[in-house]
Amino acid sequence: MTVARPTTLSQAVDALAAMPDAQLLAGGTDFMVEVNFGHRRPTDVVALRRVAELRHHATDGDEVVLGANVTYSQMQTELAEALPALAAAARTVGSPQIRNAGTIGGNVATASPAGDTLPFLAAVEADVVLASPDGTRRLPLADFITAAKRTAIQPGEVISEVRFPAVRGPQQFLKVGTRNAMVISIACCAMVVDTDHRRVRCAFGSVAARPLRPTEAEDFISDALDWDTLDAETNAVDRFAALAAAAAEPITDHRGTAEYRRHTVKVMARRALTRSLRA
Amino acid sequence: MTSDRNPGYAEAGRSQVEAAAEGAPAGSRLTDESESYTLQVNGREESVKAAWLGESLLYVLRERLGLPGSKNACEQGECGSCSVFLDGTLVVSCCVLAADAVDSEVVTVEGLEPGDGLSDVQQHFLDAGAVQCGFCTPGLIVAVHDLLDRVPDADELTVREAISGNLCRCTGYGRILQAVVDVQRQRAGTQP
Amino acid sequence: MKPVLSAAAPFAPTAPTAPPHSDRKRSTDRGVGTSSSRPDGIPKVKGQFAFSSDLWADGMLWGRTLRSPHPSARIRDLDTEAARRIPGVHAVLTADDVPGEPNYGLEHADQPVFASDVIRYQGEAVAAVAADHPEIAWRAVQAIEVDYEPTAAVVDPEAAIDAPPVHPDGNVFRHLTIRHGDLEATGEVTVEGAYAVGMQDQAFLGPESGMAIPGDDGGVDLYISTQWLHVDRDQVAACLGLAPELVRLTLSGVGGAFGAREDVSLQVHVCLLALRTGRAVKMLYSREESFFGHVHRHPARMWYRHHANSNGDLVKVEARLLLDGGAYASSSTAVIANAACFSCGPYRVPNAHIDAWVVRTNNPPCGAMRGFGAVQACFGHESQMDKLAAALDMDPVQLRLRNALRSGDELITGQHITGTAPARECIEAAVAHPLPPEPTGKGGGPDDPLLLPGGAGRTADRADVRRGVGFAVGFKNLMYSEGFDDFSTAAVRLEEGVNGEPVATVHCAAAEVGQGFVTLAQQIVRSVLGVDRVVLRAADTRVGSAGSTSASRQTWMSGGAVQAAALAVRDSLLERVAEARGVEVQGARRKLLTLRNGEVVGVEGRFRLTLTDALGGRPVEEVREYRHAPTMPLDDDGQGDAHVSYAFAAHRAVVDVDPELGLIRVLQITTGQDVGKALNPLQVTGQIEGGIAQGLGLAVMEEIVVDGGRIRNPSFTDYLIPTALDMPDVQATLIEQPEPGAPFGAKGVGEPPTISSTPAVVSAIRAATGIDLCRVPVRPDDIALSERTP
Repeated sequence: MTVARPTTLSQAVDALAAMPDAQLLAGGTDFMVEVNFGHRRPTDVVALRRVAELRHHATDGDEVVLGANVTYSQMQTELAEALPALAAAARTVGSPQIRNAGTIGGNVATASPAGDTLPFLAAVEADVVLASPDGTRRLPLADFITAAKRTAIQPGEVISEVRFPAVRGPQQFLKVGTRNAMVISIACCAMVVDTDHRRVRCAFGSVAARPLRPTEAEDFISDALDWDTLDAETNAVDRFAALAAAAAEPITDHRGTAEYRRHTVKVMARRALTRSLRA
Repeated sequence: MTSDRNPGYAEAGRSQVEAAAEGAPAGSRLTDESESYTLQVNGREESVKAAWLGESLLYVLRERLGLPGSKNACEQGECGSCSVFLDGTLVVSCCVLAADAVDSEVVTVEGLEPGDGLSDVQQHFLDAGAVQCGFCTPGLIVAVHDLLDRVPDADELTVREAISGNLCRCTGYGRILQAVVDVQRQRAGTQP
Repeated sequence: MKPVLSAAAPFAPTAPTAPPHSDRKRSTDRGVGTSSSRPDGIPKVKGQFAFSSDLWADGMLWGRTLRSPHPSARIRDLDTEAARRIPGVHAVLTADDVPGEPNYGLEHADQPVFASDVIRYQGEAVAAVAADHPEIAWRAVQAIEVDYEPTAAVVDPEAAIDAPPVHPDGNVFRHLTIRHGDLEATGEVTVEGAYAVGMQDQAFLGPESGMAIPGDDGGVDLYISTQWLHVDRDQVAACLGLAPELVRLTLSGVGGAFGAREDVSLQVHVCLLALRTGRAVKMLYSREESFFGHVHRHPARMWYRHHANSNGDLVKVEARLLLDGGAYASSSTAVIANAACFSCGPYRVPNAHIDAWVVRTNNPPCGAMRGFGAVQACFGHESQMDKLAAALDMDPVQLRLRNALRSGDELITGQHITGTAPARECIEAAVAHPLPPEPTGKGGGPDDPLLLPGGAGRTADRADVRRGVGFAVGFKNLMYSEGFDDFSTAAVRLEEGVNGEPVATVHCAAAEVGQGFVTLAQQIVRSVLGVDRVVLRAADTRVGSAGSTSASRQTWMSGGAVQAAALAVRDSLLERVAEARGVEVQGARRKLLTLRNGEVVGVEGRFRLTLTDALGGRPVEEVREYRHAPTMPLDDDGQGDAHVSYAFAAHRAVVDVDPELGLIRVLQITTGQDVGKALNPLQVTGQIEGGIAQGLGLAVMEEIVVDGGRIRNPSFTDYLIPTALDMPDVQATLIEQPEPGAPFGAKGVGEPPTISSTPAVVSAIRAATGIDLCRVPVRPDDIALSERTP
């Protein structure tokens, strides 16, 4: 049994190549819960938290680059102005202690339907960058997450970055939970009103196996918006919300009913858009 | 038996460390899948011998290093009772793989005020009535130290958000919030 | 085996208890009525207090339990061979290995130590292992092969009454009727409602844990967190087939209790493992296992019809209450008695027709939790009082004041309240606190998302939010009822300490679970004996029983025992001095000698002696049992003097609700609480605030979701308890009317805060939304999807 503790990405890739069955460990906030509850039995581990180069975030031309090791706390504070919806999403993740440890790479890799940053990444149409001995490859998030808690990551691959186009215009994040802190979402919503491309994009969490993009609703409201005044008729906002709700594929579980989840999609869609237009 | 501190911990702690150094009886049957490493805890080098790889930092602190101050209330990062500093950052030790904590500085509740004295946060928790069963207390003490070192003048909402990951089932948080205010006043010199 | 426990005696060394850097205070400054500091406070804030999960012994093994995944099944085959073969496994025990009684239970021994043929709830223990390392124990449990034949589970408590018996003892634990007054009476106004309460968990922070060490004499020492050492001891000894004196229990640090530690959990298992292996064994439940390892608050279904005259006077209450006791009896029969006796609330109700059932199902077993039956009933009767006020077009507070019980009134059990009953004062105090400021208008006001329902989830703007104010009152009994022989034992010893100062030592088995009895015991001894230094011996079974730390009883009962023992020490000492001084000891000695400010003072000041001089090198020790006034069982009509004393509380809640999403933020709770006399005001405040938090939790978030007998949320991820962002400011007024017959006039204070805070919050949500909410916890769907949402 070995714990590899690489400090560079290339070391991490090499370590994984040397131990093909090793499990990848980032912030530990999902990994260790599974270990502690008997759902995961680690053999060899490649621990990624020392890879400093994955902790950076920057705007690279027209592209935003988030290293996989960027923590929720970093997003919450360092990205509050540049990416307010992502910062808001990060603030709702777990506890301050969890936010200090958990990373965006981990959130993507776990691919939980309730992953709080995933709707934002889906709304900005982010790519996941995977490093391996063969180099790197980029996969759209929508292709990377194949099902609930299932991804297209291949043996030998490490998530190195998340990349997405810089976007101008209002953005929102809303999350419904039964408690006012430290709660898994019953449903959540991320929205970007892309004023450059005159396109509203949004995605919902916890209402489908994967982050849900209601494309019909997006098409409708992107057409219906008056982009010069950034305004819309009330009934257009309502129709957008109804279309978004219709697109949801929620289930009933102990956190909430499918009917309630669908309802929250409608309410969050309307409120997110209304706030964006008011802004 | 007349010290005002609980006896036993010091001795038990030492004997656990020694036991570990002698070959870790608690892990002896797992040697084929175990790992030995060294941790830096509260300014000391602590050697961990033949530990099962899946052990959390919380487990190693409590069961191998004789530092049970970090509490095991949920082991899923949902209660804050096992809060420690890892390289100066507040984390829950149940979600840290112990074998991945090597070369990091770990500070536990036991390391905040190593002698017989109390830190100002500890003292005000006591005086304000913030302690009942005490199971959440060590984690809260660590979290409040973290907050007040970073944001000395945190307002009430900031304090509530900062400790929202530390569940307390006894107090309803009222006396805990009072204790934080008392520390702030004392540090600011506004308390008589 | 040397018991090298890290700390068998968490409370033992407590002197000096003053913070090291503060000036030493006089005993009078730290006696009864002061907010004296906890003797266990310093180790607790330093992380050095020994909870039962912190115990460690040389060569100890780790125990672990195998539990059934099915709520109802037959065990066709059980094969432990593979588990035994795992290196590092030292014992695998099943029902065949229980040498004594196969079953245990608080009041009825109906729960198997290990299931042998029938599984009656999900999580029922089937086997236990001991191994070198928790990981090996985990693997061993996985390796035990059990062939289950799942059977149809009885999960509907109404259907359970007539369903095939889940257990040979039948499915109805108790059916209790109360018939009081004129059953034909009717009121000019009636209101009717059906209500439900979900299953709440005590969710103490410190999961079940303990360590057993085999003794050289064939007995066993058990270091355990529990609420009642002696009742554990008796159950464990019976199952082990050992004489009670061979089973020695010592209280370890307890990480909260709230009722969940009244029943046996791992006690028998860990002792069996220790005796089998000959080694110390530690057991420690995970949070998940804890949800299966202890009883919960009974879910309830209730139907009520209230009759009143048009002036608001209550005429009659009809009620049917049904509690789901789950698979085993636990304390169900006592819980249902409380639910029935307090079903009408703290009001004068001349006529009552109550039927109450508690039944057995294949759901998780339920038993004691803070409030003990009164919580469920209070949600029903207070919802009814709001409904009645609306029907009468009366102010709901005025309606309650009009009907509030007072001393001398008759309860629906025919018992008259002989002690204090300040229901009116509690109500008036709760509403006297100023309301929080109104938000500054639509869309305005504080816009920090943390101040709005949904918090950092940023779901609401101020304009989406409506405010409501709600109110509720409740009461319940203190101590055990219905003829139970309820007592506590304490020993107090006074002697000269090493440095010549007098030292008192208290030995009492009362379980300190966080509530602060240890503080109170010191305060009482200081006040009675005037001695500053009071040491508490570890609570254990070497002294007589103190009864349970439940029913808000330890302040009264063990406080009374400590007081009685301390007074006996005082009298013995005065007698000794009187004899030595030639003072007449017969009859009038108390007039001739007094103990004042730590000195023995002769009549008219003829002499003064320090305690140390009075002791003359010989300790004084006295043991006393304390009993409250006797009670009697209820008769077939539910009539009888079944209770000793009652405590009251009233709560007003102010909530902000986002009706469209059904999210809630409670922003203020005010309360007036009947405390008799506050012996430690700071600790009383802590009980009130903490109790309210649990009531708030039941109102808006706390529920064990059980589906087909299976718990869906056995974790702190999904069983939600309030965080610091969910708890509001609490404004509390203590109503101090000393209770006749109670030591120092003090009433227990732990339970009342939890009883009426829940209905107060729900009442406020109803006021904000106009929705007739009749179930707790209120779920977001209940509001957002209500047809009456505007």
